[in-house]
Amino acid sequence: MGNRKKNRNVGIVGIGETKFSSHREDVNQPEMIHEAVRQALDDAGLTMDDIDCVVHGNMELFEMVHQPDMWHTLGTGAFGKNAFRLTTGGTTGGTLVAAADNLVASGMYDTVLAIGFEKLQEGHTTGGITNMADPLWARKLQSGALTDSAAVKVIAEFGGDRARRAAMMYRIIMDKHACLNPNSHRAFGLEWDQLEDLMKNSPPLIGDLRLIHMCSQSDGACAMIFSAEEKAKKISKNPVWIRDHITVHREETLNLCNNYYPNETTHRFAAETLYKRNGIENPLEYFDVFEMYDPSAWWGLDWIRDFFLLSGDEHIRLVEEKEIMINGKIPINPSGGVIAANPIGATAMIRVAEAAKQVRGDAGPHQIPRPVKHAMASSFGGTMWTVLFLLEKELNWQGGKHD
Amino acid sequence: MKPGFDTTDCYTIEGKLALPYTYFAGRVGSTFITTLRDKQKIMGVKCKRCNKVFVPPRQTCERCMEDIRNNWVDLKSGGEVVNFTVVRYDDRHLPRKAPFVLGMIRLEGADSPMVHILEGVDPDQVKIGMKVKAVFSPKTTNTILDIDHFEPNV
Repeated sequence: MGNRKKNRNVGIVGIGETKFSSHREDVNQPEMIHEAVRQALDDAGLTMDDIDCVVHGNMELFEMVHQPDMWHTLGTGAFGKNAFRLTTGGTTGGTLVAAADNLVASGMYDTVLAIGFEKLQEGHTTGGITNMADPLWARKLQSGALTDSAAVKVIAEFGGDRARRAAMMYRIIMDKHACLNPNSHRAFGLEWDQLEDLMKNSPPLIGDLRLIHMCSQSDGACAMIFSAEEKAKKISKNPVWIRDHITVHREETLNLCNNYYPNETTHRFAAETLYKRNGIENPLEYFDVFEMYDPSAWWGLDWIRDFFLLSGDEHIRLVEEKEIMINGKIPINPSGGVIAANPIGATAMIRVAEAAKQVRGDAGPHQIPRPVKHAMASSFGGTMWTVLFLLEKELNWQGGKHD
Repeated sequence: MKPGFDTTDCYTIEGKLALPYTYFAGRVGSTFITTLRDKQKIMGVKCKRCNKVFVPPRQTCERCMEDIRNNWVDLKSGGEVVNFTVVRYDDRHLPRKAPFVLGMIRLEGADSPMVHILEGVDPDQVKIGMKVKAVFSPKTTNTILDIDHFEPNV
């Protein structure tokens, strides 16, 4: 896979995120979206007149709304503008950022507004998501969005006690981060001494996946503004540059053909490819933060190994030694991650937005307490999708040596 | 005529999806509906920048991006037909038996027309520009159907 040819550099110049919560009866969909759009415009110091194109996305079927991008014009500001609607499942928010980056880099538009949203309390998530399964082979044999596949894998490799402890440690770390983030939907204030109790007593969902491990269903929206290098430098004092991104998917899981494919995850393939073409030799050293789309503590724990190309129990030790905490060697999800808030169509975009805020240094109470120059953000979706981003503070990247 | 495909022994799966949903109307939509329900009054919102009055109301003027949520104006229940169509087929999702008229009605004082059912006039006699007025429903449903229909204002 050769280098993508990027016609010009693209900077993130505006970011808006609503508060995430289980219920937003006070606003309808376009009104909620508008909160994020307004914030992003204010953050960039722009008005809708400055926006050339609007890219909009959410999950199909989740609010039972057809053509939401048309209807949401009342809140998105897309009136009279070029616009697209995109949906790729859980990765939607990442696909929106990738599309906006491509649209600007290509020269098609100078400034693009991307919007991801979801109001999960309005629809029936499982009703929507189970339609992903093949009606003949899989629809009557599935467990919907819930799976303990990662738990099975980690337990088989590292033993039940170590695996369950590490997964719960990951969970408590995420909660400690979520408690710092004022936008969190769920921030419980979990303490380390609750670890054993949660391992035994959190309600089981499926296999070793318990309620406490799993992400929430949230309402919320995220909006981001992207501009070409020359304009981005004028608009923003500290634009965050999108160095590269990659999309990888394999859609075999839910038609039960997965045994025919090599057991390499899309995450590892995406990371390997991206590092190789950007000359990043030691990702763990290179990156200052990673915002991971972690739908459950088990997945989060397991995927650290794939994203950083680690081997053996290196990823487990990073968690056990709390090196993924906000003040650790490689902070993962200082925002609290997906377990803290999951408005699905926005979730993957929030990862990029949060990573970008860390690079800017204005993330708020969950800002990493040391300079952040190099960030990574991932998206995950069904049945096995990855969109992976490299973000940079400076436009001076040459290979991957840590400066 | 015989179909062109051999469908012998081809199995068809009969399925059914439940699509339950809840819709959060938001503050602006809720105010409109409760005022309609409790006071039988139709309200719109006015954009301070372009002076357009929108009904049904919205939080933001999509042209000017102004926040107009608190700039309510009372509207009369009379207006005029700016366009219409005659529904000539029956289906479960339709609010009336065919034939019936769906009109675009611009209330006096409003700039945006609203869609509603037009009754009390033969479908073939409806004219653009016709003066009409709202007839409120005796029973509330907390929806736009708290206006039961519009009829000629004579």
